[in-house]
Amino acid sequence: MPMADPVIAEIEDLTFAYDRRPVLHGIRLSIPRGKVVAVMGQSGCGKTTLLRIIAAALLPSSGRARVLGQVTGELDRDGLYALRRRMGMLFQFGALFTDMSVYDNVAFQMREHTNLPEDTIRDLVLMKLEAVGLRGAAQLMPGELSGGMARRVALARAIALDPQLILYDEPFTGLDPIALGVIARLVRQLNDSLGATSIIVTHDVAETLPLVDYVYFMADGRVVAQGTPEAVRSSGVAFVEQFVRGEIDGPVPFHYPAAGYAADLGLAQAA
Amino acid sequence: MRDALTHLGAAFTAGVWRLGYASRFFGYLLWHSGTAFRRFRLTLREIYFAGVLSLIIILVSGLFVGMVLALQGYETLQRYGSSEALGILVALSLVRELGPVVAGLLFASRAGSAITAEIGLMKATEQLSAMEMMAVDPIARVVAPRFWGGVLSMPLLAALFSAMGIFGGYLVGVVLIGVDEGAFWSQMQAAVDVRNDILNGVIKSVVFGVAVTLIAVFEGYDAPPTAEGVSGATTRTVVTSSLAILALDFVLTALMFTGGNAK
Amino acid sequence: MNRSTIDLWVGIFVAAGLGALLFLALKVGNLASFSTAQTYQVQAKFANIGGLKVRAPVKSAGVVVGRVAEIRFDNESYEAVATLTLDGSYKFPLDTSAKILTSGLLGEQYIGLEAGGHATMLKGGDRLRITQSAVVLENLISQFLFSKAAEGGDDKGKGAK
Repeated sequence: MPMADPVIAEIEDLTFAYDRRPVLHGIRLSIPRGKVVAVMGQSGCGKTTLLRIIAAALLPSSGRARVLGQVTGELDRDGLYALRRRMGMLFQFGALFTDMSVYDNVAFQMREHTNLPEDTIRDLVLMKLEAVGLRGAAQLMPGELSGGMARRVALARAIALDPQLILYDEPFTGLDPIALGVIARLVRQLNDSLGATSIIVTHDVAETLPLVDYVYFMADGRVVAQGTPEAVRSSGVAFVEQFVRGEIDGPVPFHYPAAGYAADLGLAQAA
Repeated sequence: MRDALTHLGAAFTAGVWRLGYASRFFGYLLWHSGTAFRRFRLTLREIYFAGVLSLIIILVSGLFVGMVLALQGYETLQRYGSSEALGILVALSLVRELGPVVAGLLFASRAGSAITAEIGLMKATEQLSAMEMMAVDPIARVVAPRFWGGVLSMPLLAALFSAMGIFGGYLVGVVLIGVDEGAFWSQMQAAVDVRNDILNGVIKSVVFGVAVTLIAVFEGYDAPPTAEGVSGATTRTVVTSSLAILALDFVLTALMFTGGNAK
Repeated sequence: MNRSTIDLWVGIFVAAGLGALLFLALKVGNLASFSTAQTYQVQAKFANIGGLKVRAPVKSAGVVVGRVAEIRFDNESYEAVATLTLDGSYKFPLDTSAKILTSGLLGEQYIGLEAGGHATMLKGGDRLRITQSAVVLENLISQFLFSKAAEGGDDKGKGAK
């Protein structure tokens, strides 16, 4: 494996379909090492699917996904699991294991994949929790946590084994402004302190653009724009402008396609 | 008409497909059961949740079933002057049939539905995906211990049911009604054969345990990750398990308890 | 739910379950009787075994001394051959007779042994020479009817004369 491959993940001409419904068409993108990259778009544009392909949870229908030096389509089960140990993923609502305490959640990967003695694990867990500011909550159960806290614990869990690639699936959904700020800061901080690379799938423009180094925009399973946050703000692509400014009408129409309004209300006849 | 037939055909193929999927799932589950035994604590926890928490309903139901058997049995037996055979009636009914079957049905509704709901909810809240992402096989870590926990609990529960039932039968028959105590136990001992009756009853309960728990974990694992999905899966678990128990009971009884001279 | 509580309850559960199984096997079933005792097998031929089943008891003086192990049909003598497993601590003389009896009026059938007076005892592989077949209800009834009819005929005959 090359010493410091400048590209952590590379997607080439990727298409993917669930059963016969095509979701991604001819995607190409590359994620540079050490950066925080956002993949943005509307719900249903395929960004979460793309994330799962990078996470090697799904295999491309055609094209290649090259992650951490491995082509995901060529890996066997053991290879897949080895690859995943070098990644961490934060799920949309945390996905903490509800039958274990916060401490056990963070310790989970350490206990499953390493032979570290419990004392060492204890120190590591407390360090991870400290990094997200929840060392005092170690003995709580997930049911006792607020949404923001749960997400932070999930983040601590995701970085438990110091992954090289951290994936975030809609990390800002449903959080209050304070929690939003906390998570945003943690994403940047952890990325830099771990020397990792982060990919954030989101549609939260306000929090994300100031945070990331590079943005990919997707619509209908295709990449429609990409660039640094400044470049993207003034990209000139109509969809991107509508998205970034949050305008209600534009390339993405307000009205769902329907027959004529007057006809629907039965007014056309009268005339 | 044509639509109805198409639907029927589609439902049938879907059913067959699902059966195949379930069989592959079962095979995968067995193959990856190593973790459930190497880290026996996981399975132990599931024995607690499936077995220990079902104790109350099993013991109480067993007691009542035994008592009713004695009441009903005495009614009929004393007409033929055979009221001393009450012990035989209660013991054989329980050990051969009611113990495994009723305990199985109760287990399916209490523990089976709980297992399905738990696994289904873990799936719906992405806990299983998270585990996969952390390179831990959820089938080995979550499903297999629950499966083996159920299989190990069932025979014990069935035995407890039968034992409580016999005790209940004793309470009603001997203590309440006044059947001769000595006759009650001695006739029972003479008629209940360890190999033919008790062992067969244990075999039945093991088979039922496998069927119920397998259905429970499969439905949970396969449930659509929504609220309706999980609730539908839970219902399907109870219904399918109950039908499976009764069908298997017929097959096993036919194999085990008929034959007379032939063997 | 902490670990030691779970362990405790599972332990109690398993102990109770095994205890129930033991109770069933010993107090309810017939395990306590001679499953591990020394046994020997003898054979007996019957013209008709009636409803005798395998594992039916073999009793002598009303006490269970063995079980029917196997029932076969001898194609040469056209008789039923029953193999009896007898408890090793009971010895019977060579001329012991075996009868197929019914417990109660309509109960299950068993083999009753009546000891003879011979000096030598039966050993494994021997055959009981004196046997009495089961009473077949239909034969009994037809005998009864026949004898009743015969009586009636005689009377009539006498009367008519």
